[in-house]
Amino acid sequence: MNMLKKIIRTWTLSELLKGLSVTGRYLFRKKFTLNYPEEKAPQSPRFRGLHALRRYPDGEERCIACKLCEAVCPAMAITIEAAPRDEDAPEINGVGRSRNYGNRRTTKYELDLFKCIFCGYCEEACPVEAIVETRVYEYIFDGRGQNVMTKEALLRIGDEHEPQLAADLEVDGRYR
Amino acid sequence: MFGLPEDLITVIWTLIKIVVIVAPLMLGVAYLTYAERKIIGYMQVRIGPNRVGPKGWLQPIADALKLMFKEIILPTGANKMLFVVAPVLSIAPALAAWAVIPFDDGLVLSNLDAGLLYILALTSVGVYGVIIAGWASNSKYAFLGALRSAAQVVSYEIAMGFALVGVLMAAGSLNLGDIVRAQEGGFLNWYWLPLFPLFIVYFLSGVAETNRAPFDVAEGESEIVAGFHVEYSGMTFAIFFLAEYANMILIAALASVLFLGGWLSPFAGVPLLGDMTAWVPGLFWLLMKMSIFLFFFLWFRATFPRYRYDQIMRLGWKAFLPVTIFWLFVEGIAIYAEIGPWFDGVLGA
Repeated sequence: MNMLKKIIRTWTLSELLKGLSVTGRYLFRKKFTLNYPEEKAPQSPRFRGLHALRRYPDGEERCIACKLCEAVCPAMAITIEAAPRDEDAPEINGVGRSRNYGNRRTTKYELDLFKCIFCGYCEEACPVEAIVETRVYEYIFDGRGQNVMTKEALLRIGDEHEPQLAADLEVDGRYR
Repeated sequence: MFGLPEDLITVIWTLIKIVVIVAPLMLGVAYLTYAERKIIGYMQVRIGPNRVGPKGWLQPIADALKLMFKEIILPTGANKMLFVVAPVLSIAPALAAWAVIPFDDGLVLSNLDAGLLYILALTSVGVYGVIIAGWASNSKYAFLGALRSAAQVVSYEIAMGFALVGVLMAAGSLNLGDIVRAQEGGFLNWYWLPLFPLFIVYFLSGVAETNRAPFDVAEGESEIVAGFHVEYSGMTFAIFFLAEYANMILIAALASVLFLGGWLSPFAGVPLLGDMTAWVPGLFWLLMKMSIFLFFFLWFRATFPRYRYDQIMRLGWKAFLPVTIFWLFVEGIAIYAEIGPWFDGVLGA
């Protein structure tokens, strides 16, 4: 009986027809494709894109050079050098030198994007929410060495995206 | 005419006819690749090319331009002459076979009485292109592809030939036009019904002959890179590509002519619909039938995994061949007993 069933199955090509019916049905399914530059996939507030360094509202940079990010980074993409800020430090947004004098700050904060694996550990490790990852994922390097983000570049990105960054941190804050 | 010698006029007239057949065929090939990418894309729940031109309609043109401007690389150690001849050998039969395809009643380049034999001969020559390409490339993968192709040929070609014998028995003619005329009548008079197993065997052998999935062992992308055409680039590759698709269209046309009544209307003999569609030209019906087969080619490719080549041979020798022989026997009895409406009058003809 089983033999007969098998013979019938083989010679009516039922298995092949079943396969065809599956692909035939998929032909009419709704398509998942996003037309990329015009349509974009939704992003989570936890999206891990290009990095940025944030500032306090008064313009003072948040980073205190604790080097936790450098320590936690599994790809060793972050290099930090720190020193107490010297007497000639410029005024920031009119905030006087008296407050900032002698603060420990980074003199160098470099992040190699070729090494970075975008795991987000730096963000997690940071006690002052200074280093964060933005939602920016469309960027290019058009010259050698541009993969190494300097402190200035990171701060600039932070300034550019501050409203979005603050909003995302606000949303995510209760889970931290 | 214009004071030209009679012979020259014949030559020019034939050339014009050839262009009229080949130009739409090439366009058909281009848009078959587009249809393939779209349909397979849709079956994989994505939308396929949609960037070049409106809805991606210019994609095949862009592809063709790209291939034309690419360098043709002659591998060191390749047999230069054969390396260049191979693509020509594979496309020439794919185009030449169109000479005997009847597009409508009387609309055929060459009304050959041995049309079916001519087709059988030419479609079999195409595989030499593949084998020579594999050998001339001086590459292991290409050679493996060629060997696989050779192994594949012997396993399906015989069954395919027998399937055609079935058609010729039923029609009593080797002329493709006469074969279509023998199927005159409605949809149920066509040979797909009385010769159903042969129809299936013929179409599947056709898929094998064009080296299409699931019988694309000669190419075997995941196993032997690109098989026989690994070493080919630019236009030499494009010609293999053209040949493959031209062959697909040819097999679709042949299957329509031999089993689905070629240019005949499916509604002939149906009371109301038959009269309403009587004005539709036969070419339209032929093209519709061909597109159905072409859709099946693409559908198969989207559905089935590749056969191992011993499986292809098992299929050819142990399934197709017995089935066709058995059905030829049945058909012979039917013709002898004059079972209508298909087989009466065959003996008298």
